[in-house]
Amino acid sequence: MSADNQLTRVQRDDLRAIAAMIVPASDAYEVPGADDAVIQADILATLGRDTKLVVAALDHLARLAGQPLAGLDVVRRDAVAQEFRKHGGAAAATLVRVVLQCYYRDDRVLRSLGLELRAPFPNGYVLPDGDWSLLDPVKARSGTLRRAP
Amino acid sequence: MKDPVDVLIIGAGASGAAMAWSLAETKMHILCLEQGGWMNPAEYPSTGRDWEAKFYGEWATSPNIRGRPEDYPINDDNSPIKVVNYNAVGGSTVMYTAHWPRLHPSDFKVKTLDGVADDWPIDYDALTPFFEENDRMMGTSGLSGDPLSPLTHPPMPQQPMGLTGAIFGKAMNKLGWHWWPSDTTVATTDYEGRARCINLGHCTPACAQGAKSSTDITYWPHAVRAGVELRTHCRVREITTDESGMATGVVYYDKDGVEQFQPAHVVIIACNGVGTPRLLLNSKSNRFPNGLANSSGLVGKNLMFHPYAQIYGYVKEPTDSNRAPPTCLWSKEWYDTDLSRGFVRGYGVQFVRGAGPVFEAVVSEQKGILPWGEDHHRIFRKLNGHRLGFSAICEDLPEEHNQVTLDPVLKDSHGIPAPKIDYTISENSRKMMEHALNRGREVLEMAGATDICVNSPIPWGGWHLLGTARMGTDPSRSVVNEWGRTHDVKNLFIVDGSIFVTSGGVNPTSTIQALALYIADQMKQRLANLFD
Repeated sequence: MSADNQLTRVQRDDLRAIAAMIVPASDAYEVPGADDAVIQADILATLGRDTKLVVAALDHLARLAGQPLAGLDVVRRDAVAQEFRKHGGAAAATLVRVVLQCYYRDDRVLRSLGLELRAPFPNGYVLPDGDWSLLDPVKARSGTLRRAP
Repeated sequence: MKDPVDVLIIGAGASGAAMAWSLAETKMHILCLEQGGWMNPAEYPSTGRDWEAKFYGEWATSPNIRGRPEDYPINDDNSPIKVVNYNAVGGSTVMYTAHWPRLHPSDFKVKTLDGVADDWPIDYDALTPFFEENDRMMGTSGLSGDPLSPLTHPPMPQQPMGLTGAIFGKAMNKLGWHWWPSDTTVATTDYEGRARCINLGHCTPACAQGAKSSTDITYWPHAVRAGVELRTHCRVREITTDESGMATGVVYYDKDGVEQFQPAHVVIIACNGVGTPRLLLNSKSNRFPNGLANSSGLVGKNLMFHPYAQIYGYVKEPTDSNRAPPTCLWSKEWYDTDLSRGFVRGYGVQFVRGAGPVFEAVVSEQKGILPWGEDHHRIFRKLNGHRLGFSAICEDLPEEHNQVTLDPVLKDSHGIPAPKIDYTISENSRKMMEHALNRGREVLEMAGATDICVNSPIPWGGWHLLGTARMGTDPSRSVVNEWGRTHDVKNLFIVDGSIFVTSGGVNPTSTIQALALYIADQMKQRLANLFD
């Protein structure tokens, strides 16, 4: 069964709502929010071993909200989110992490950050060798290895 | 019944591989049983766009999170530091930072020099040729001549300094403190069939390029070509003994889960500081009711972890982030005892280059420095790619209450009792960690860092598993003698981190492997009277 089917419609709505609160869309940075349909689909498709804790987090969120999160007014929604973030424990931390790990691999987001849209392998990256004359003061200072008897 | 082998090695990681390769020249029939399998670099995280997400699942450092069939569970609830390891051909060298310092000569004489713990029964000089041999086999890079470290001769030049290294170097120079490019097992040139490093990023969870040395691509190909038999997906349950108290072989589960008995004339354990005591304690018999080789009662005791005190911050200029091996420099400024600091012994420092975007977002959100909502994007851009890390690796002194026992309830997939860890950080270590954090803060502030955060200890930082079958000349105070043979069973040897007497303040793998090569050499010299 896909994670999509393991979350109820209400849970998916709440996940989308809390994701938008974590990372909202920004015109200034030209990025979508974490409630974006593509990012949400990535989250649901890759929940895998995190499904149980994410469901627990969404259950907790539902208890705090007492109704669909998106239906709350802004003040009440912020209060629920703060409580969730503060006391949600491992389940809440897992939910936030899966939102962020999918958000920060989205092409649009990486492009906005100036990062390349590729896996590290096989091209890797180039690292400046640096100015090794920086070591000269270390070489010039006295200091010896502690001797053993 | 299977034919007996001359030598049976349990574990194909850092020490088991070195031992197998060294003994191969004897032309004895050598068999190694490994609970994991061969790795496939094509499946390593850096080959995919989801490389960071994998660190939270199938490539987590903790076997409890990772939960691969090759892993066994560890009850570390009663420890502020959680055990991390890897189970495969190559063992935890598949998943390590490749930071490659050695123990210092003074580390072998802590009782004499500082009046704490015990001296080792061997000294640094005894290991010197084996350090050198191991560095050639593993393929090290570095810059010879560090005035505060033992002299090494890395066959490859040091890693590039990079952006992060330069920032740290300047800050350390302003403070007048020691720093030096780290010796590493990352190939900086093509070396012995390994391609040079191309900076895939955080290479801790295995290197797809093969630039990071792990024993599956260094020692094992040589050992297998020399005739050593390596049997994978075989988990050893217990070592058996006869009425005279000699080891007769092992009981293990093969790749199909079928129980097997493999007779052997010599048994060598290479399962490191948690796996080795677990196996010994599970090898009870009428003759050895408290576990094998445990007449001293010290099997599983004196567990040393190296508590890590980590402090990090963010500078305005870009750092190397995930675009380089994680560590680049070390410092030994605070390595040796200075009682004016309020503690005995000391710590090494690893300077850390940075983090990838997912890791940065997740950790910074947890630390409370990355907000939810409107300001998330602005703050994230200030943090991402701007991190500097300072990690102190604190010498952990042996204490018997820090221990590995068998969990009465938790078992692995074969029904073998899981190890249980009971561990507390000592007052001496806490003072050392506090000192390190203060020095780290000075360095970061000198570099211009803000938003400084602390992980002390690093909770998932139990990389170094040491001391649980310690070496010594007194059978009442140690488990193995000065050449790795157990005091109680004359054809049973231990060659991994569990035989460390003290831990030093550096990553131990180089010393573990040098010890394994030293013990192999001792065995080869004594073949005619190995059991006397």
